Amino acid sequence: MKPRTSLLLMALPCFILLIAFSYVPLYGWIYTFFEYKPGVSLSDSAFVGWKYFEIAFSDREVFNVLRNTLVISFLSIICSPLPVFFAILLSEIPGKRYRNFLQTVTTLPNFVSWVLVYSIFFSIFAVDDGLLNQLLFQLGIVNEPTNLLANADIAWYFQTAVGIWKGLGFSAIIYFAAITGIDPEQYDAAKVDGAGLFQMIRHITIPGIIPTYLTLLLLGIGSLLSNGMEQFYVFNNALVEDKIQVLDLYVYKIGLTLSDYSYSIAIGMAKTFVSLVLLFIANWIAKKVRGESIL
Amino acid sequence: MNLKMTWRLRLFHLFNYGILSLFALLCMYPFYYIFIYTISSPDAAGRGKVTLLPIEPTLNNYILMFQNDGIVSAFAVSLSRTVIGTLLSVFVSALFAYVLSRKQTPLRSFMYRVTIASMYLNAGLIPWFLVMKAYGLNNNFLLYVLPGAVSAYFVLLVKVYIEQLPSSLEESAIIDGAGYFTVFIKIIIPLSMPVLAAIGVFAAVGQWNSWFDNMILVDNQKLQTLQYLLWRVLNQSEAIAQAMQRLDTSNLNKMDQVVITPMSIKMTITMIVTLPILLVYPFMQRFFVKGIMLGAVKG
Repeated sequence: MKPRTSLLLMALPCFILLIAFSYVPLYGWIYTFFEYKPGVSLSDSAFVGWKYFEIAFSDREVFNVLRNTLVISFLSIICSPLPVFFAILLSEIPGKRYRNFLQTVTTLPNFVSWVLVYSIFFSIFAVDDGLLNQLLFQLGIVNEPTNLLANADIAWYFQTAVGIWKGLGFSAIIYFAAITGIDPEQYDAAKVDGAGLFQMIRHITIPGIIPTYLTLLLLGIGSLLSNGMEQFYVFNNALVEDKIQVLDLYVYKIGLTLSDYSYSIAIGMAKTFVSLVLLFIANWIAKKVRGESIL
Repeated sequence: MNLKMTWRLRLFHLFNYGILSLFALLCMYPFYYIFIYTISSPDAAGRGKVTLLPIEPTLNNYILMFQNDGIVSAFAVSLSRTVIGTLLSVFVSALFAYVLSRKQTPLRSFMYRVTIASMYLNAGLIPWFLVMKAYGLNNNFLLYVLPGAVSAYFVLLVKVYIEQLPSSLEESAIIDGAGYFTVFIKIIIPLSMPVLAAIGVFAAVGQWNSWFDNMILVDNQKLQTLQYLLWRVLNQSEAIAQAMQRLDTSNLNKMDQVVITPMSIKMTITMIVTLPILLVYPFMQRFFVKGIMLGAVKG
């Protein structure tokens, strides 16, 4: 067998899997242009053109959902310097063993599923038998149980806090790696010149990790509309739905709870296109400002 | 001046140790709390007495759960998808990465571009759902392992790594008459172990934690994963009732039978789902870190 043929034969099954699971689903977009009902074939469905996109623009709930999506994304952008601070603080812990211990423990929540995260928060914040209420009762601080999981007023902030609890340690790893990559001679030179710890952090460490931070921040623009659906699916309940129903969750609800496939696809499609445009804008900014592409 | 600096420095270190340790405690304590809750007497646990140490330690909760067929079967399904899914994903992604890294491969740059573009083109939930059904993957174990077999991100990481390897070993093997597949199996895989371990750990965690595919496309009880079982127990009172009915309480004494609570069932299943991660995780942590660093080199 010719070597080129054998390479092609090796590539083929992989490429077919890629096409089958990443590209064939794109064909499903066509359903949004038809009055499609589950069980009816596409040829028997009426062609409706852009009708479902027009519905989306006049759907009041879509605006509510967009507001939630953007507010939650915005809150997480505001909190995005936290992993940077965390990594800097971690790098100032002198003992290697304790530092490794801290890093291991704080990355743990990133590796459990959202179902588990919900279960953990439920065990602590549940109304009747959650740990927090039990303790507050025993200490005589409250007479009425608190119900943070069903409090619409704080839902946005609560979800942001859950996200930080799960992701902070993990996000910090990349910044910690960037700090370890800074040339130690810079610190030595600064010490000789009489710089203190804070001056070294300000003038060496922070400038050393800013490029990484900005790159990740720009990449984040492409996922402004994607808060993920699992977190909001597991924490959803009737009392907070108004505040935590994000775009991904809405696509799920319209599609699989209400079985309105065509409408759900329209919203998902619009989301993908807007996300792509945002990503290209971010890339364009990166090229202008830093002279290199982030894609 | 010098004295003042030392004072500020000390305060900083105190603050630093304090705040990092506090956050570590926040990350760790919930797992510890659930653990001691499940090994305490359900009565004491239900009254909120268990906060620092277990009370009247007992393994009854666990003994009951492991007598339940549903939980044992779900554990087996989750374990199978983790092992098979991870091996498949690592092997296929590495093979593709290797082929894409050889200049002789026909259509190389076309296939590479298609791979990269797949990271940004998201068909969305319903098209994916419909296509999986059309493939006949609903109520099929393959649904758990096939869609993730080629991950563009893994392909990218492995390709970058393979391209850094010295080419002399491969060239001499080819001169000795070895085919590309033999080279891949005998030379490339052993040399790429660090990156393969890193993506393997990511794939395994992803597989163990998956439940959404189970929820929307599989209703066959025999294919139920542990994560989805936990989700149902957390949410549906009838799922708990079912689980409790199926529990064989005959070898416990009367007192214990009375006090098995929905909360202790929820917590015990939570712990069973978490334990494999808790046990394996500390040994795998360096692979995660390595994986992220490899990704960062690319970015």
